[in-house]
Amino acid sequence: MATKSFGGQCGDCTTCGKCDKALQRSKPPVQQQIKETMKEMEQENSTKLYTFIIYSENVPGLLSQITAVFTRRQVNIESLNVCASSTPGAHKYTITCFCDETMAKMVVAQVEKRIDVLQAHYFTDDDIFINETCLLKVSTPVMLANKDVSKLIRFHGAHVVEVNPTYAIVEKTGITDEILHLYESLSKLDCVLQFVRSGRIAITKSFTEHLDAYLAEREKRRQEK
Amino acid sequence: MEKITGAEAMMRALENEGVDILFGYPGGAIMPTYDALYDHKETLHHVLVRHEQGAVHAAQGYARVSGKVGCAIVTSGPGATNTVTGIADAMADSTPLVVICGQVGVAMLGTDAFQEVDVVGVTSPASKWSYQIRRAEDVAWAVSRAFYIAKSGRPGPVVLDFAKNAQTGMVDYQPAKVDFIRSYDPYPQLNMDNIKQAAKMINDSVKPFALIGQGVEIGGARKEVEAFLEKAQIPFGSTLLGLSALPTEHPLNMGMLGMHGNLGPNVMTNQCDLLIAIGMRFDDRVTGKLSTYAKQAKVIHFDIDAAEFNKNVHVDLAVHGDCKESIPAVTELLDEAKHDSWISGFKPYAEKEFNKVIDKAINPKDGPLLMGEVVRKVSEASNNEAVLVTDVGQNQMFGCRYFKYTKPRSVITSGGIGTMGFGLPAAIGATFGAPDRTVCMFCGDGGLQMTIQEFGTIMEQGAPVKIILLNNNFLGNVRQWQAMFFNHRYSFTPMANPDYELIAKAYNIPAKTVVERKDLDKAIAEMLSTPGPYLLQCAIKEVDNVLPMTPPGADVDNMLLEI
Ligand SMILES: Cc1ncc(C[n+]2csc(CCOP(=O)(O)OP(=O)(O)O)c2C)c(N)n1
Repeated sequence: MATKSFGGQCGDCTTCGKCDKALQRSKPPVQQQIKETMKEMEQENSTKLYTFIIYSENVPGLLSQITAVFTRRQVNIESLNVCASSTPGAHKYTITCFCDETMAKMVVAQVEKRIDVLQAHYFTDDDIFINETCLLKVSTPVMLANKDVSKLIRFHGAHVVEVNPTYAIVEKTGITDEILHLYESLSKLDCVLQFVRSGRIAITKSFTEHLDAYLAEREKRRQEK
Repeated sequence: MEKITGAEAMMRALENEGVDILFGYPGGAIMPTYDALYDHKETLHHVLVRHEQGAVHAAQGYARVSGKVGCAIVTSGPGATNTVTGIADAMADSTPLVVICGQVGVAMLGTDAFQEVDVVGVTSPASKWSYQIRRAEDVAWAVSRAFYIAKSGRPGPVVLDFAKNAQTGMVDYQPAKVDFIRSYDPYPQLNMDNIKQAAKMINDSVKPFALIGQGVEIGGARKEVEAFLEKAQIPFGSTLLGLSALPTEHPLNMGMLGMHGNLGPNVMTNQCDLLIAIGMRFDDRVTGKLSTYAKQAKVIHFDIDAAEFNKNVHVDLAVHGDCKESIPAVTELLDEAKHDSWISGFKPYAEKEFNKVIDKAINPKDGPLLMGEVVRKVSEASNNEAVLVTDVGQNQMFGCRYFKYTKPRSVITSGGIGTMGFGLPAAIGATFGAPDRTVCMFCGDGGLQMTIQEFGTIMEQGAPVKIILLNNNFLGNVRQWQAMFFNHRYSFTPMANPDYELIAKAYNIPAKTVVERKDLDKAIAEMLSTPGPYLLQCAIKEVDNVLPMTPPGADVDNMLLEI
């Protein structure tokens, strides 16, 4: 009884999940939620999705220092990808967040201030080529029963990478919207058992390689010493 | 080559960095290092504090007064967590420190071993660099890198988390010298276009106003900045931490900025046509409400920390670099100028503040003693040459406002995070950093008790700290806010006090209490002429307020002169 009245009182039925209403309301598909937040965030003053590309030395503990800068400024990280870069010894972080440009500049400055960070920049989607990957685990019986499933997979240019009598694994690479669209369409057919989306990776469209230029400049300074 | 332990390597590496004093406290996980220290007693003077927080504050006091890196050494777990307040304080106030903490051996890391705390995890958000030394081979490199990072660029605290196996492990010791880190550029090259533009903006300005911060002090740029201000006759105000960057009595000095600063510089911030910020960071205690702060003016910001540009205040021109280089470069391009009528515009505000606030604070005719008069008398009795150390609260604001500064590096106060308990240990450190200077520490009855155990350190070391306890039987600063913003509801700010004279005497520190105004001069003279430490307790008016005041979030030019 008590839980029910709590659920009603809190007025935020999508989060507490303690009453029947919560069950009904917690249904809106993920992609719709994401799109809605995107729209809301973009409408709110000048908030945009920015992609931060950060290069650092490969030292332990830096990831938490970098994410702490975002958290302290109350910027929520939407996606994060970290791995070795093409520059020996340097790690590359690709982080996306909604914020305004002033905040993006501030975050970049604070991140660069960490001793072992080489460079940090922020970009809008126009400045970079981006990619994401998703994996979907799809029910084989449903797929066999409903031809639309495989039609959709082909239509979206996704690949089936594994099939067995219970499930198939579908892989799709593209931009966020394409991936969400595929997921949305497939979930309407009630065949999705699992869904996972990777963080974004990105490459700049610029004709100069800022990191290389920076490292060359630093090397020159080292030799001058 | 002979092999030595990592602990011995630590001692040699510290000596190699020119360290001659360590403030510390031993314990299990740092014992091998303390054992090595036993053989270096002659070269590395160890000051045994009575609480690790005191070790860090003492190292801060030492660093701030001397410009050298302060060094603290403590054990793992609680020893290390006790240093966190000081580390955060040093980060906010740009103080170069190296804090060495013991740590359990690497084999036990992450197992919740006895006295294991994730020190790097806890301290890295509040330090300039935090590093775990896991092997004896890394000691020389890590220590050199730590000192390089702590003192270069915008200085700050560095933490070395020294695993026990790295202390006991054997190594072929080779001194290391780190003076270059490719991801870190503490010596940014000047952009001459910016210098030219700065000079042009200043030459074009009719009502320029400069804000002097601790960066000028840290950069050792007093002469350069003086020449700059004098050539174009630019009036200036100083931040709390920048108060002794230039002399109080400099004719262009219009006073202190900020919440409890002087009226003139705060009001004129919103009347100038060009704001020239040098080595300061537009803290909210300086700016008040940002949306009305200096909106009429163009802003030039000189700083060594690029992350400060446009952080709080939008700037029209950012000049990245060491002010010791950038300022003379601009000076060269400046036209000689006079801004007499602009400068004389500060005068009415100074007079108004003197009549309404200052005169009453330093020249009271009757009633109980006031903080302001005690501070001014101590300052003058020391020929305005002493080092001022304060704790936090009303004592700090009265101390900083009414002390006068002639020499550089004369203000040691916890500005950025306002740490009560900072004063006493910082003053101990200052006596070691400036053995030839008189160190006067003002504190309240609240703050003194936060680190009062350091009386033991004073006793043992004979540290000549002149402690001036401004006792008002209240947590005065909070009481003032309760009076102003919480309807005089004095929620837990009145305080029952012990007999401080008795406590001091127990530690063999000479002490005296002054209640009557007529006894004050003599008591101050006696304090200053008594060699070694001294406690002067002044019975201060219980309910008094620091004025003027810009209430938090109010416009910078909207100061209250009375409440
Ligand atoms: C460690 C810490 N705790 C609490 C505070 C909040 N605080 C700021 S000023 C103040 C009162 C200080 O009282 P006292 O030391 O007696 O000095 P006074 O203001 O009376 O001069 C307090 C409690 C603080 N700054 N630091």
